[in-house]
Amino acid sequence: MNRPDLKLIHEWVPTGAHILDLACGDGTLLATLARSKGVTGYGLEIDPEGITACIAKGVNVIEQNLDDGLANFDDGACDLVVMTQALQALRRPDLALDEMLRVAGEAIITFPNFAYWRHRVHLGIRGYMPVSKSLPHAWYDTPNIHLSTFNDFEQLCRDKGLIIVDRAVGIGDHEGHWTSRLWPNLFGEIAIFRVARG
Amino acid sequence: MPEIARDSVGLVTPQTAHFDDPLDLACGMTLPAYDLVYETYGTLNAERSNAVLICHALSGHHHAAGYHDAEERKPGWWDAHIGPGKSIDTERFFVVSLNNLGGCHGSTGPNSINPATGRLWGPEFPMVTVSDWVHSQARLADRLGITRFAAVIGGSLGGMQALQWALSYPERVGSAAVIAATPKLSAQNIAFNEVARQAIRSDPEFHDGWYAEHSAIPRRGLKLARMVGHITYLSEDAMGHKFGRDLRNHDFNFGYGVEFQVESYLRYQGDTFSTSFDANTYLLMTKALDYFDPAAAHGGDLARALAPARCPFLVTSFTTDWRFPPSRSRELVDALIRAGKPVSYANIESSHGHDAFLMPEPRYQAVFAAFMSRVARDLGLEERP
Repeated sequence: MNRPDLKLIHEWVPTGAHILDLACGDGTLLATLARSKGVTGYGLEIDPEGITACIAKGVNVIEQNLDDGLANFDDGACDLVVMTQALQALRRPDLALDEMLRVAGEAIITFPNFAYWRHRVHLGIRGYMPVSKSLPHAWYDTPNIHLSTFNDFEQLCRDKGLIIVDRAVGIGDHEGHWTSRLWPNLFGEIAIFRVARG
Repeated sequence: MPEIARDSVGLVTPQTAHFDDPLDLACGMTLPAYDLVYETYGTLNAERSNAVLICHALSGHHHAAGYHDAEERKPGWWDAHIGPGKSIDTERFFVVSLNNLGGCHGSTGPNSINPATGRLWGPEFPMVTVSDWVHSQARLADRLGITRFAAVIGGSLGGMQALQWALSYPERVGSAAVIAATPKLSAQNIAFNEVARQAIRSDPEFHDGWYAEHSAIPRRGLKLARMVGHITYLSEDAMGHKFGRDLRNHDFNFGYGVEFQVESYLRYQGDTFSTSFDANTYLLMTKALDYFDPAAAHGGDLARALAPARCPFLVTSFTTDWRFPPSRSRELVDALIRAGKPVSYANIESSHGHDAFLMPEPRYQAVFAAFMSRVARDLGLEERP
């Protein structure tokens, strides 16, 4: 797992937890957690290739669009809901957050931080929509319709009365430098939040 | 028979297993003795761990793959998915496919002799349910020395059997693939079945089911039943693409002969079916569909009904299937999730309606193959048995 967010999630997930991985991709996270931490659960995905890869790995994957909600999961059905790099592509990230914390008491969410300094240079100085490792798409074909910043998300959590259990940032393929810990909104490329129901 | 392809199981010979142990049926009757006709493809390994059971749908039978002889025009009904290197890889798995009780392809059914009367069972053949089939299939497994199937797989009515297997014999099912199925029929599904039954039963040649004794066949009824059934197997799009409003001749005849291509197609399908399928069997099979509802015994709570299941499930639906649409598969998936069972679900993009489960479709094959390779890996079957 080269992605810093996945590495951190791996540390945060308790042994034997029953988890829901929203936009689980090819199932790498769930498969790894099942092996190393005895985690059980389901992944949701809509990408056909991701789904096939999950099935081949023996990861339980459900073809389900996150924009349709999680009505098929009961309140408190899981210990933890994980969503990596998908929040910004949802129609209503705020409602998704409500759903996640209905299904589990705790959620881990990672997303590209739009206020990362390189993104600011792109937009603020060069005058172009940012394109980077964490935001690889052009403005016209990007699935990311709700980009936000480290600060924006923190604000949303405050407004909803959620508890921020932990937060971190990732840059490139390593977990933050001291600068990013001090000024995450400026130096964090990927925002990583661990939130709980208030 | 076309030249046998490298990924075909080739020539196959059906076998018959005779059972003398009486079988108690859900309807309260007992079958004193019965035959099951079946085919096998591939080789059972020394551990007897690589067996896969294929369950057939409404008008299906034991001939799922390969060819019976050089004269056969088309291979078995699921040849697209069973064979060397195919989704159900006969290089790894030992595949068992049978004709269900009540069928008309060799297993004991309405056209067999009732030992109590010495005449054909005819309409007196007991109603068989999905559970009854599963129990009879378990006995066939016993006979073949298979204590546990690596996978039980079926589409449509076959998918219901795969599901029932996981509930009736959880310790004997390694995994279950439930394809284009539903945990119970809707009122609309039952309504279509009833139209089919009435078509058969109101045919003057039906003779209350004793047509064989009158040397008659209720052809018109069977034909109508198949025509209406066939409409529900195809999607509106598939029919539109295939036939549109095309006419057989260039102009309207202003009559009731065959004018539109779709009429010609349906009549042809109906005619072929009416000479190859048994009316009493068709009636029985549609009733088995109607009765299937594992949740009923649990106050309608499907998740509770699924509690005994122990195996991982693959549930697959097809986007244009309106007979058992994706929402019905979702019902099963959601109940499995609620029951905490391992399940994966894929909704395959296809224009072929319900019939898509019979066809090769790249994504369908990829999902199916991924599932089966995982089954093989879990059993350590990567090498040839």
